[in-house]
Amino acid sequence: MSNLHAADPLVLYGTSFPSRLLLGTARYPSPKVLESAVRAAEPAMLTVSLRRQAAGHNEIGGQAFWDLLGELKVPFLPNTAGCHSMDEVYTTAMMAREVFGTEWIKLELIGDDYTLQPDTLGLVSAADKLLREGFKVLPYCTEDLVVCRRLIDVGCEAVMPWAAPIGTGKGPTNPYALRLLRERVQVPILVDAGIGVPSHACQVMEWGCDGVLLNTAVAQARDPMALAGAFSAAITAGRAAYLGGAMAERESAEASTPVVGTPFWHLDGG
Amino acid sequence: MQITINQAPFELPEGATVEDALSRFGAKPPFAVALNLEFVHRQRYSETALKAKDILEIVQPVAGG
Repeated sequence: MSNLHAADPLVLYGTSFPSRLLLGTARYPSPKVLESAVRAAEPAMLTVSLRRQAAGHNEIGGQAFWDLLGELKVPFLPNTAGCHSMDEVYTTAMMAREVFGTEWIKLELIGDDYTLQPDTLGLVSAADKLLREGFKVLPYCTEDLVVCRRLIDVGCEAVMPWAAPIGTGKGPTNPYALRLLRERVQVPILVDAGIGVPSHACQVMEWGCDGVLLNTAVAQARDPMALAGAFSAAITAGRAAYLGGAMAERESAEASTPVVGTPFWHLDGG
Repeated sequence: MQITINQAPFELPEGATVEDALSRFGAKPPFAVALNLEFVHRQRYSETALKAKDILEIVQPVAGG
């Protein structure tokens, strides 16, 4: 852990985290690769989920997954992935709290199955209900300023706007809105979904976002461990650039080497 | 009586509770339960009676994003 991490923790609901990277646990080629990626990334939290016990899915799950989570010793962030209604969200969150023993919840309320775009109309009510039940809600949302404001109004102490639709790896598709959001809200912004490469993560951190939640970009890389480390470094670099006050962009060239005293200059008398 | 567990039909004796259903289903910890889309706290399994056509969901931890 660098000194930057220790001096500048990510603070969510009063809890400090030494890392600004939140990592998903899905879509890795094997549990072993997941474990290696987690150790390389050293994430603040690991997202996890719940599915039917006898559903016969191919995801990493069950007792073996539970044992691995215990060994990794990273706080859990259960999600409500796949929920389409407030009732589904609420019941899933309650089950997650019991199974994972945590009040953290990544609130996902899907409004469109094709884009997996969050249902921003229902999101605020869902967040409100979970907050009243004592959950620490991290809402997956769009970069819409007013939606984020409403989430904050009901008590969300962080928002998680997408960069692009889940799993696309397109990077921030609406930089203007994301940067505007950063200017207009005070709570931590964790960019969730749509990050593809480390430069995307670095970019949003340079804009002043407070953290990044990744899954596919690491899990589906040819070498997930390498990308886990690369994303971790990119997020640290972007944060340092933001805190350090990166230079303002200019339209015209300006020599970096001093012009005064340039040899041979104006020798022709011009 | 017949109920549904994780989308499949499941036969149980009349008066069976959630605890009975979990035992007969062979649920393996860690898991959590919802009955007709409502969360059932683990302390209430033995006192929660089932009726025909109930829908029970038994979920376990899986990888997620």
